[in-house]
Amino acid sequence: MAKAKPRVKLPKKAAKGEIIEIKTLISHKMESGFRKDSKTGELVPRKIINKFVCSFNGEQVFASDWHPAVSANPYMSFTFRAEESGTFVFQWTDDDGSVYSIEKKLTVS
Amino acid sequence: MARKFWIIAAVTGLSLATAGTALTSEADWGAFQAGEKRSGYTYAKAETRNIQDDDFDNPGFLWVDTGAELWETVEGTAGKSCSSCHDDAADSMAKVGVSYPVFAKELGKPINVEQRINQCRTERMGAEVWKWESGELLAMTVYVKNQSQGAPVSVAVTDELMPFYEAGEQFYNQRRGQLDMACSTCHVDNAGGQLRANVLSQGQANGFPTYRLKWQKVGSLHRRFRGCNKQVRAQPYSYGADEYVNLELYLTHRSNGLPVETPAVRN
Repeated sequence: MAKAKPRVKLPKKAAKGEIIEIKTLISHKMESGFRKDSKTGELVPRKIINKFVCSFNGEQVFASDWHPAVSANPYMSFTFRAEESGTFVFQWTDDDGSVYSIEKKLTVS
Repeated sequence: MARKFWIIAAVTGLSLATAGTALTSEADWGAFQAGEKRSGYTYAKAETRNIQDDDFDNPGFLWVDTGAELWETVEGTAGKSCSSCHDDAADSMAKVGVSYPVFAKELGKPINVEQRINQCRTERMGAEVWKWESGELLAMTVYVKNQSQGAPVSVAVTDELMPFYEAGEQFYNQRRGQLDMACSTCHVDNAGGQLRANVLSQGQANGFPTYRLKWQKVGSLHRRFRGCNKQVRAQPYSYGADEYVNLELYLTHRSNGLPVETPAVRN
């Protein structure tokens, strides 16, 4: 599971004003930086996703900072009030600076 | 006075006993129970069960997705992917999760899914074997077994398999390690009891490879065997050792009737 793979689940369509649940999951080791290598005894360097941001049509709608106690393959869900159609962009920022990103469309009728 | 005490004691005793049975054996676990057999699912906490119930919440499905990609990936000198021969896994692999380990004539012994995948890779694809517990082998095993999700395990012990089955059963009941405990000591004699803070399940094999919250990843049945062996302070066998394949055969047959849950979620 070397490369991080995001998964996002949300309804494709929603009624105006409806509150939808958005579920996200990403595969990541979330190496806390506190673990020691069993063979060498050296600390394993920290490598976690430290920031998760969700934006809708370019505007940030949800964000959270993550810390070393977050488990591997972190799961995050939140709710959103659907007012207009548009595109969600989900971004996870890694300690090494790389950003894992995925887009999902929502149609509001 | 003394008599009253007796009555109270008797009534309390009775209610305790009723509560006990309601919690353990009389609860209706639906498909997760087959007669006396109960899936590890029924021993898990509601929070853990909820993660497994939703395929999206279940992090084991990350491995299913990876497996699905690997299924289509061409590798090796033969220029083939799994799907070149087996087409759609939903059809071709539907029976694998419920029936393995099976007897491999060419080897003269039982073979499990992991070993079959690697056999295919070396003999038909001309690719290198995947290491045990590597992301790839776990992903492919989970993907293949997931095709049988919900179908009852139905391992058939044929005449050819009988000696290996018996060896597995013998292993299961053989006390080992510094703590002098057999598999059955925990998973038959004390199933439902506790080992320190952990609830002992019947040790059914129907959810493997399973996403274990403690491991924070998917792990194979043989990893579980090794963990158990280490816990009773016995020397574990290596991954894919004949002893473990025999044990897997016995154990999977023991789970006959329970649904395949791969990838199950356990604590």
